[in-house]
Amino acid sequence: MRNALLLGALALATLTACGGTEPAAPAASGSAPAGNGKVAVAASDTACQVGTAEVAAGTATFSITNGGSKVTEFYVYAPGDRVMGEVENIVPGLTRDLVIELPAGTYETACKPGMIGKGIRGPLKVTGEHKPLTDDAQLAEATASYQRYVRSQTDALLVKTQEFVDAVKAGDQEKAKALFPVSRTYWERIEPVAEIFGDLDPKIDGREEVIEEGMEFTGYHRLEKDLWATKDISGSGPIADQLMSDVKLVVEKANAEKLSPLQLGNGAKELLDEVATGKITGEEDRYSHTDLWDFAANLEGSQAAVQALRPVLEARDAALVKTLDEKFTAAETALEAHRKGDGWKLHTELSKDELKVLSDTINALAEPVSKIAAVVAQ
Amino acid sequence: MPGISRRKLFGLGAAGVAAAGAGTLAVASLPEEAAPARTGSASDPVPFYGEHQAGIVTPAQDRLHFVAFDVTTKDRAELVDLLQEWTSAAARMTQGQDAGTFGAVGGVPEAPPDDTGEALGLPASGLTLTIGFGPSLFDGRFGLADRKPAALAELPKFPGEALLPEISGGDLCVQACAHDPQVAVHAIRNLARIGFGKVSVRYSQLGFGRTSSTSRAQATPRNLMGFKDGTANLKLEDTDMLRDHLWVAEEDGAAWMAGGSYLVTRKIRMHIETWDRTSLTEQEAIFGRTKGEGAAHGMAKEFDEPDFAKKGPDGQPLIADIAHVKLAHPSSHGGARLLRRGYNFVDGSDGLGRLDAGLFFIAYQRDPHRQFVPVQLALARQDVLNEYIKHVSSGLFAIPPGVRDAGDYWGRTLFS
Repeated sequence: MRNALLLGALALATLTACGGTEPAAPAASGSAPAGNGKVAVAASDTACQVGTAEVAAGTATFSITNGGSKVTEFYVYAPGDRVMGEVENIVPGLTRDLVIELPAGTYETACKPGMIGKGIRGPLKVTGEHKPLTDDAQLAEATASYQRYVRSQTDALLVKTQEFVDAVKAGDQEKAKALFPVSRTYWERIEPVAEIFGDLDPKIDGREEVIEEGMEFTGYHRLEKDLWATKDISGSGPIADQLMSDVKLVVEKANAEKLSPLQLGNGAKELLDEVATGKITGEEDRYSHTDLWDFAANLEGSQAAVQALRPVLEARDAALVKTLDEKFTAAETALEAHRKGDGWKLHTELSKDELKVLSDTINALAEPVSKIAAVVAQ
Repeated sequence: MPGISRRKLFGLGAAGVAAAGAGTLAVASLPEEAAPARTGSASDPVPFYGEHQAGIVTPAQDRLHFVAFDVTTKDRAELVDLLQEWTSAAARMTQGQDAGTFGAVGGVPEAPPDDTGEALGLPASGLTLTIGFGPSLFDGRFGLADRKPAALAELPKFPGEALLPEISGGDLCVQACAHDPQVAVHAIRNLARIGFGKVSVRYSQLGFGRTSSTSRAQATPRNLMGFKDGTANLKLEDTDMLRDHLWVAEEDGAAWMAGGSYLVTRKIRMHIETWDRTSLTEQEAIFGRTKGEGAAHGMAKEFDEPDFAKKGPDGQPLIADIAHVKLAHPSSHGGARLLRRGYNFVDGSDGLGRLDAGLFFIAYQRDPHRQFVPVQLALARQDVLNEYIKHVSSGLFAIPPGVRDAGDYWGRTLFS
């Protein structure tokens, strides 16, 4: 626990409730207080008037007066409905206090007259200094852990791409076809890192339609076309050599790049976006139909990025981690139904209904994954 | 006050405007008893809370986005949680606010916004969101099997229908109606997004022009065949008839449905190209009404009651027994009436040089098996119009009563 300051603030949501003998303070007028005096909350059966929409980072005290006829509750939520603090059972006429530690960020306040439903929500902004993200030792460890993953994948990528390239150059179509989805697996797992280097990605992984005028169609998908559509790799040698040297270059750059924790969070989401737009539709590997290999690799790569962030996420949003675990498992299970031998069924072997099930599970997973970056950025 | 209102003047009541800048005021509910006959400006909000759901007797708006969902979660609590989240977002969006409290641009920059943003700057536009529960929701997954109302028994097969399962049925539906198509689409898109992982869109349908009026303050619009549609519709001013024909009463069987209604949807593809080659005389004979005024044959005005006994000089009835107006008329079905709320659609073209066009039929009623079913059976068996139309999708949904206030949610009476 080297960074007790930040984590402590997040983990502790202290709550004190006073018996409500003091008179109800009227809703404060004026703009956001710079310091943190008491923030008056006027709760009724139909409204939840919070005295300010902005408080300074640190300890905040909310003083909730129930002017309605139903028992009410008051909550402060972080994004994703994570409870930062709550006061329950505020009977009509009573005033109770909620004292919580709030780091900078955006929150929601909520009164729940009748104590059911989502409550009457309002926004709350918490402003103030916070340290740069990479100063956080836990975050630094997360990026270091992911960098190690990238290194392990790039090592395998070099080996497997070399085998694939060798098979192409040797004119061994069957061997090359077998190695094509395997070598791509290592690429697809870390694709968002490769995409940082904008000029290399289309050369290595560009599909035919993204190739601009005057640019040669190269890379994996060009060789895929030669193998499956043209069925002639006698002239593919130079393309294969080019692929190998481009892959070497991107590997070198990827391992030199210093990634930020935000890039991990966003990369995990981007990998699922890749699945949703390219793999479910069968657009990625349109000649070989080996899209499910890429699908599995994207999913694994996304999970690897999330796992690297796991200690950070657990400290900051345990509920999100639980959801992520459930949804990753659901997606893996859905995909597992299409395993065939050591690999996967071809995209063309799946029915529309089966593809919809996969699409639903990816949508279900990508929503919570899209929340990671904001939690990391807190 | 980030994210409070897309457009403050429309989004908040007077109190909210007065409080702007002073802090945060979340408005929970608008007056529940808004004057029913008010059509107001096309940009005004329609109250969300009330005894009945809005979007039924609400004067029919110009645009529709209808969606049916399959529930994918197996967890009842997760479904209830979603209904609560939806209710909260619906209450906000119908009042012209963003779907979430931070809105399209008010949240943390690292997070995807809690509203998709395409309705920024647009007023509420009369948006109503109406939820329904399909028969399949009561199949036992959520412990609801013994709560299924008898009225929600599946519709019989009608002669001639060619239903496509992928655009029929659904565990849940939401009807979004608004005067601005962007507002209706925005609402469905945000609800679908909130539902990821719990529900999956089964199908959705856009409608661009209302084909019924649900208030005497509205003129009767025309369907794509060029005829006035729904002249004899139930209208919000007919309070007694609404009680008898539209709203479910406690004694009807399922107490949780009291104050609710039942919805039948039918996507009716029209062969408009062949219809357009049909003579005016034949078109009018098929409907039993004039195309211009919309009067039943033998009558002068649209709202004159048809006289089915009236005969022409040839001794034949002026309105044929198989004319649409006769087959569908309440007098042919023991007085059965519907509140119709359909929309014209054109889903592009069909690849054969024809418009993929027709009517997305929407009808609300107290008991579909005593109202829609007999009418549709008569139509399906005899209506000459069948040469020009084809029913391609069907939906049946229980429409629960309205959400009473901020502490209530869609479907509470069913799940509690």
